[in-house]
Amino acid sequence: QWATIRIEKGVKKPQRQMLKTANGIIERDETPMEKEIAPQRRASHKFSDTLYFCRKGFEAIVEDEVTQRFSSEELLSWNLLTRTNVNFHYISLRLTIVWVIGVVVRYCFLLPLRITLATIGITSMIVGTTLVGQLPNSSLKNYMSEVVHLTCSRILVRALSGTIHYHNKENRPKKGGICVANHTSPIDAIILTNDGCYAMVGQVHGGLMGVIQRATVKACPHVWFERSEIKDRHLVTKRLREHVADNSKLPILIFPEGTCINNTSVMMFKKGSFEIGGTIYPVAIKYDPQFGDAFWNSSKYNIVSYLLRIMTSWAIVCNVWYLPPMVREEDEDAVQFANRVRSAIAHRGGLTELPWDGGLKRAKVKDTFREEQQKNYSKMLVRNGSIG
Amino acid sequence: SVSHSQITRLYSRFTSLDKGENGTLSREDFQRIPELAINPLGDRIINAFFPEGEDQVNFRGFMRTLAHFRPIEDNEKSKDQNGPEPLNSRSNKLHFAFRLYDLDKDDKISREELLQVLRMMVGVNISDEQLGSIADRTIQEADQDGDSAISFAEFVKVLEKVDVEQKMSIRFLH
Repeated sequence: QWATIRIEKGVKKPQRQMLKTANGIIERDETPMEKEIAPQRRASHKFSDTLYFCRKGFEAIVEDEVTQRFSSEELLSWNLLTRTNVNFHYISLRLTIVWVIGVVVRYCFLLPLRITLATIGITSMIVGTTLVGQLPNSSLKNYMSEVVHLTCSRILVRALSGTIHYHNKENRPKKGGICVANHTSPIDAIILTNDGCYAMVGQVHGGLMGVIQRATVKACPHVWFERSEIKDRHLVTKRLREHVADNSKLPILIFPEGTCINNTSVMMFKKGSFEIGGTIYPVAIKYDPQFGDAFWNSSKYNIVSYLLRIMTSWAIVCNVWYLPPMVREEDEDAVQFANRVRSAIAHRGGLTELPWDGGLKRAKVKDTFREEQQKNYSKMLVRNGSIG
Repeated sequence: SVSHSQITRLYSRFTSLDKGENGTLSREDFQRIPELAINPLGDRIINAFFPEGEDQVNFRGFMRTLAHFRPIEDNEKSKDQNGPEPLNSRSNKLHFAFRLYDLDKDDKISREELLQVLRMMVGVNISDEQLGSIADRTIQEADQDGDSAISFAEFVKVLEKVDVEQKMSIRFLH
């Protein structure tokens, strides 16, 4: 397998430590507001409170927990791709030569190969599923559909030089269940379908993606929503609920974060997926950034340049952990359940957890959070009896 | 003084905040930071970066404002005793905080200015009356010359027991 050989080659290259960048820039003082403000004497109480908010503000300006998740993770040592070269400088002639060889290999040899494979994969997917779609509904059709989906998925994974390690396959999602996973890139779906068949859930797109969607839905009951339908949450939940209730249907695949995050943390899970009912099969996906950055920064790159970047990396190496199934307990609501699942995924994948919404990539933060801070502060003012 | 790697990190941060990619930051660029946007004093802090009447701040201005938050012990390393007082001296840190209140720059925090900041910090949770009482009390306790406003000297006196160094410093990890 040439993919394996290349990975070995990558590993043999010494991990050149050029500029060790710690993952945090500054010491964050995590003392909660209550501790820092409350014990102050009454007289200086108010002015020093300002200092607290001031410092918090400046800490956020220098380094905040949220915005860094929307750009690619920084590496500790260079992996010979210019794109991760931001913090590393020219070191030696020999290294530059090695890098040039790397560029030649990646662009002139690997890229054409991968593009060919990808084209074959996508074409077979469209043709295959359309053909299968012609068959009448029967177990033969389902079987053929699975074959087509799996084969094309495998071709596509090869096209990306993907090396995937699946762990705990006994927990693989079963029919009538819901599979949830953390989201880093559109490739996540291919990584999972490489090992099993799922009913995809998503919005209808135009262009090539739309063609693929229309073809595949003939062979297998994927759930594609029109843009207008997505806004109606009840409609979405209802359709998904119907699908899940049918135990012969393939498990649906959902990414509850709602957007691509850079694979260092898991952000807030939207509760919608957890209100449908049924059994949840959590899956944790962690990419190894040393071989290629899988994160899709959709505000910076469109899908085509993203795919090109993926195809000119060394490889996509990732670990997929299937976690034991979870169900909502009697006394927890959808949000608590969502958080519980999220913790399990983050823990397994070695990712941090953030209570922030992935939607902050594009949208402004809700005023309610600021109001909460104001409320907390007011409580402290009143409690200390500063009112004359 | 600030090390080379710190400057690089901050420049990297500056460029990542600069969505317009024009070498300067606008107020919107700051407001995109969620943790800053939910800070009750967020707007005032952002304002501190922008010189009078300007809407853009360049990297130099960015660093200059951030310099207020360098730890004081950094100064012991530089022997320049005869130069101008460094931006991160205790006095200048306090002056920075003072300016968050004193919008009209008359070197006094009036009752009105104090109320404005208090209102930002408590939101809608305290009535005008109660807030007025809190403000009056704060002024009463700090005001020494009886002009019902707080001068910088009075401000400093009120905070003399506070560890300003610790509260208003950001330490880099390397």
